[in-house]
Amino acid sequence: MPNKQQDCIDQQLQDLNNDGVDRRGFLKCMAWAGTGLVWTMSGGIPVSRAFAKNTGREAGKGTDFTFVQISDSHIGFNKPANPDVTATLQTAINKINAMPHTPDFIIHTGDLSQLSKPSEFDTLDQVLKGASAKQIYFVPGEHDMLSDNGDEYLQRYGKGTKGNGWYSFDHKGVHFVGLVNVANLKAGGMGSLGHEQLEWFEDDLKGRSASTPIVLFAHIPLWTIYPDWGWGTDDSEQALSYVKRFGSVTVLNGHIHQIMQKVEGKVSFHTAMSTAFPQPAPGTAPSAGPMKVPVDQLQRVLGITDVNYVVSGRSLAIVDSPLGDSGSSASGNGGGAGVVDSSLG
Amino acid sequence: MTRKTVWLASLATPVVIATLLLLAGSPSVTANDRPSAANAAVKIDNFVFGPQTITVPVGTTVTWTNSDDIPHTAVSTDGVFKSKVMDTDEKFSYTFTKAGTYPYYCSVHPKMTGKVVVQ
Repeated sequence: MPNKQQDCIDQQLQDLNNDGVDRRGFLKCMAWAGTGLVWTMSGGIPVSRAFAKNTGREAGKGTDFTFVQISDSHIGFNKPANPDVTATLQTAINKINAMPHTPDFIIHTGDLSQLSKPSEFDTLDQVLKGASAKQIYFVPGEHDMLSDNGDEYLQRYGKGTKGNGWYSFDHKGVHFVGLVNVANLKAGGMGSLGHEQLEWFEDDLKGRSASTPIVLFAHIPLWTIYPDWGWGTDDSEQALSYVKRFGSVTVLNGHIHQIMQKVEGKVSFHTAMSTAFPQPAPGTAPSAGPMKVPVDQLQRVLGITDVNYVVSGRSLAIVDSPLGDSGSSASGNGGGAGVVDSSLG
Repeated sequence: MTRKTVWLASLATPVVIATLLLLAGSPSVTANDRPSAANAAVKIDNFVFGPQTITVPVGTTVTWTNSDDIPHTAVSTDGVFKSKVMDTDEKFSYTFTKAGTYPYYCSVHPKMTGKVVVQ
């Protein structure tokens, strides 16, 4: 790896070290979590790469798999930040379909729609129907719960779920939990899981081996990114206390329409880009409203997240790729789960 | 739907004014202090209710207008009133017939809070 790039990575690691973990400590954390994430800026495009020593896919491991996270499609939004969110969702799906291996499934981390309208959900379904991966797991965003306490969402996407739409499932040895933190929000607060869901979650993890990799996904970040804009979940700390004993925990969120990452102990947090429109970095604008960018740059700030789970490392490699780029570069990282965010552009 | 609400509000206005005139003789009400008491406006802009606290006489109809690109609601914390979702430029009106303090928030973005004080 060229020195310059290494310097960049070092610097990024320093940036991630605000929690007091030095670079060496950080790498150690990654070894624990098996999840190494490096956030680099490539031509203005944030690309997060799995920071693992993997040299490639290990052949013959039948349990390795890839899944893709998409988020914040906001079907129905039609303002200048992106007047055609259906087209950019389609671009995201095309990008998924162009992947060399069909992902096992897709996770959508909420804000499927702008206004919870049946017609918006219909359009979303129509576009998602064209995805190579047929299994799609959803959690609602606050935009999906705007009518009748979320009934429209739950009828369509919440079959077999508990409460406001939470559930868990296992896939090739990894335990996935979809949490809902957008219902019954309290005045002055941020996202909220609520007592009933927390109890269910604690119970759901009971009896599972600490070596089981855990993937949590929810719409609003389960770590506090910027309280002034409500970018966090009031009772996430309690939820995270339940996963402390596990060796590898990956948390995937949406809501903030940009990539943010953090590693804390054995837990790595990751937020995905939107397929619809970008939002400003915390505190850099008067509000969290849609960020308008020049048309030719839009697809660079929209994207998908490709998560590659390699069983030997018992971890995830995450690569975010912009929609407007030729592709994400980190998919070859093995020895763990990698998350690749790719933009649409 | 929103337009209908506004129409109803404007139809109701003469009645409210008449009521205030009738009450003008009573010592506790000073209608002259607030000549435009029958209507008041709260604008939602950049995820903020403005003004955040609005003080109005009994009988005032408060109209919220969403100027953001993102939908918002105005929901009474105590369950007194609850708007439908207001998309860009949509409005919601509520007439306050009793004195009191009415805290409210946006149920979509609960960090957004406001207060209507009715005197």
